[in-house]
Amino acid sequence: MAPLWMYLAVAAALFSIGVFGVLARRNAVAILMSVELMLNAVNINLVAFWRYSETSTDLLLNGYVFTAFVLIVAAAEAAVGLAIIITVYRNRRSVIPEEAAMLKG
Amino acid sequence: MELNAISIGFVVFTIFTLGGALGVVMTRNLFQGTIWLMVSLFGVAGYFVLLSAPFLAAVQILVYIGAIAILITFAVMLTRSIARIKERYIRTAPSFIGSLALFLILLLGVTIPIFGAHSPESIPEYVASTRDLGAALVDENGYVVPFLLASVLLTAAMIGAIFIARDERS
Repeated sequence: MAPLWMYLAVAAALFSIGVFGVLARRNAVAILMSVELMLNAVNINLVAFWRYSETSTDLLLNGYVFTAFVLIVAAAEAAVGLAIIITVYRNRRSVIPEEAAMLKG
Repeated sequence: MELNAISIGFVVFTIFTLGGALGVVMTRNLFQGTIWLMVSLFGVAGYFVLLSAPFLAAVQILVYIGAIAILITFAVMLTRSIARIKERYIRTAPSFIGSLALFLILLLGVTIPIFGAHSPESIPEYVASTRDLGAALVDENGYVVPFLLASVLLTAAMIGAIFIARDERS
């Protein structure tokens, strides 16, 4: 199998691409897609560490289960985020985050 | 790393994952961006297969490609965002420098053993199966409380999404 650091390096690259997308893209939907990329990088790390962790007497499932919960939270985040984007678009006719400053004092 | 099916799969899934991710952040058309997102998520599912977690790979395909990517496609269509936005990026140079620096720091962190031994000599022979996962999720000594909390979270998020996105004029 590939050594652990190769998985971690790929995950680091994926996370950095996601960070660039979040910081630089102007479209809110593209920002949400970049957030999904970052969550996937974290999932790769969790599963890789789980697979390569030391054997012990009892069955270790923490990384596996935690990855499943990250998937659940990502689904909830995508649903609520897209609902907010659609509502902001309906009110402001814009999906640019800088133009959605209604809460600014 | 010898040339066998696993290493070939690793290279192929790396191309899928990183190429798809670059497509997501660089494409001008958001429809194409959604397709690239699906390619990238498929590559991540391949990693899960290589790491002997086939259940997570199936969930990745079902939830991410089947549900989230389709949801994002609907959001792209509903907001008609392609026509409005002329330029793709804002603050391009500082974002690029910052994310590149982050990548280099992370790469140093995973390749140089600063925090102790970074690569285990041998991987465990026995790996937990999907049956073990299912038993642990409903075991009272296992993960039954976070499992129920995740169910409540998902239900609350769905109700909240419907409530937020509802058109109040109709």
